Amino acid sequence: MKGSKKAYSYARFGYFFSIPFVIGYVIFSLYPILYTFSVAFSDLKGLTTREYNILWDDLFKNFKTILGLATFKTSIKNTVYIWILNFIPQMALALLIASWFTDRRSKIKGQGFFKVVFYMPNIITAATVAILFNSLFGYPKGPVNDFLVMIHAIDKEHLINFALKKSAAQNIVIFIQTWMWYGQTSIVLMAGILGISPELFEAAEVDGANQWQTFWKITIPNIKTIMLFTLITSLIGGLNMFDIPYSFLAGGPDNATLTAAVFIYNQAFAGAYMYARAAAASIIMFVIICVLSAITFYLMRDKEAEALRKEMKKAEKEFKAKMKAEGRA
Amino acid sequence: MADNNIKVDMIQTNNKNWTRIYHIIIYIVCIFLAVLSIVPFWLMFVNATRNTIQIQANSISLIPSKYLMFNWKVFTGKDFNPAIGFMNSLLIAAGSTVLALYFSSLTAYAQIAYEWKLKNAFFSFIMAVMMVPGQVTMIGFYQMCFRLGLTNNRLLLILPAIAAPSMVFFMRQYLQPALSMEIVHSARIDGAKEFYIFNKIVLPIMKPALATQAIFSFVGNWNNLFTPLVLLTQPKKYTMPIMVTLLRGDIYKTELGSIYLGLTLTVLPLIVVYLVLSKYIIAGVALGSVKG
Repeated sequence: MKGSKKAYSYARFGYFFSIPFVIGYVIFSLYPILYTFSVAFSDLKGLTTREYNILWDDLFKNFKTILGLATFKTSIKNTVYIWILNFIPQMALALLIASWFTDRRSKIKGQGFFKVVFYMPNIITAATVAILFNSLFGYPKGPVNDFLVMIHAIDKEHLINFALKKSAAQNIVIFIQTWMWYGQTSIVLMAGILGISPELFEAAEVDGANQWQTFWKITIPNIKTIMLFTLITSLIGGLNMFDIPYSFLAGGPDNATLTAAVFIYNQAFAGAYMYARAAAASIIMFVIICVLSAITFYLMRDKEAEALRKEMKKAEKEFKAKMKAEGRA
Repeated sequence: MADNNIKVDMIQTNNKNWTRIYHIIIYIVCIFLAVLSIVPFWLMFVNATRNTIQIQANSISLIPSKYLMFNWKVFTGKDFNPAIGFMNSLLIAAGSTVLALYFSSLTAYAQIAYEWKLKNAFFSFIMAVMMVPGQVTMIGFYQMCFRLGLTNNRLLLILPAIAAPSMVFFMRQYLQPALSMEIVHSARIDGAKEFYIFNKIVLPIMKPALATQAIFSFVGNWNNLFTPLVLLTQPKKYTMPIMVTLLRGDIYKTELGSIYLGLTLTVLPLIVVYLVLSKYIIAGVALGSVKG
């Protein structure tokens, strides 16, 4: 009795100490989110406009306009394309490095150094990285063009203007993304692999499994959750990709590196001031992210556990039916 | 019998050769990737010390030249003050890091130390909002600041750090095994107030977690481009990343050396901090993944 009374008197501190977070969240996140929603259904545009009306006659007008815009479709296509083509090599490279560095049979020297170097691009300001690559791929004079001439891949008369080639610009953005993130992903996967019980690897070794078999039969199934975590965070980050495409060529050339986030920025802040449309576009993106995350979770769910749960349910149903039948009889 | 031995020997030498080749492949790939990580930055450092004529003649050089001061003069002579960007970024990154660390720890402590009715519901809420991308808040956030006349106010880039869901999550995961309630109880018996216990006893226990999160929060805020770009319109409020995006503009196109110098200025502090703290940063990345 006394104990419960005491616990009760301390409970209020749980509320007290959570108040700053709640206030901060409501003011700086929740209210802006709701505001975004209300703007998305309104006619708000113009740099100095403060008042706006909700479009009651045609509530989804902005959404229809946005979905009808060719540039928006292009931006979605680019975002997905760039994300997928950066995620696949990033994950493959990270898995390779992680399995090499955690392999107990071949102890790789200099791991500490390699990890520090591989992760380094991730710590540098993304805007700086993008501008740096813009300079490195410069035309007519840039280190990459000079290098290609040096190895005789191209001759001096045919220097490549990367900033004007659509596919080149896209591929550079994809390369920068992969280059910035594979180190991080490798470290995360390494942590996952080191968390697997060593006995599993020992048992596999005793059974005569080679590195290839061990990798597919033990490593991969045991780091599935961490891979899912990486996939989701990369997905959310990738669909919000802004810094690199914006700083590299501001979405150009000819909208080849225009991502959804750059599109939204351009709609709202770069001269057009179409706030209502931008809000509608960001809500569409938000919905896409939620749906894709849900699908990923569903696809990557633990199938065995799921099967077991279904079996249990089935058995339960049968049991109940049996009881019912017996009860009737 | 002897025959068999020879066979085993052959298999073993074969295996040894194979392992050696395998190792060589691993090292070649790793060294290649390391070079790929270093070369862009090295070219940047070197070109920051060369003048435009040298860069135009050959933009690949691994040896520094002597035009660093010249480039510096060109760079600072063009109404572009990197010191202001540096101070603004420092202010914003430091301010939001301190707020995020303190209030996330406080929120996490409320989760661990007390039993209250809405505790689990609140934690589920934090988990859910961790997934919400910042982009969906941006239009509303800008409009809110605009209506209040608070665009260009740097506080608006600092205060939101009070509510950092993913950091709360991390701190909670850290605190759960690290905090023994007995210490808290005995402090209570000694007459310590709850708030005092948090500040004087719990925060010191959390030092390792605070250090890791401080690095990531600081770097993240230092590198943030989107929010400052939207909110800040006055050049004297610009942060480092905004200033960097200005380098792409035409004013510097003729002075290639000074572009590289400008980039170097933003990279150098980060690389120095990174090399000093790399051990903790790498450990922090790994820790965050296992706990998250």
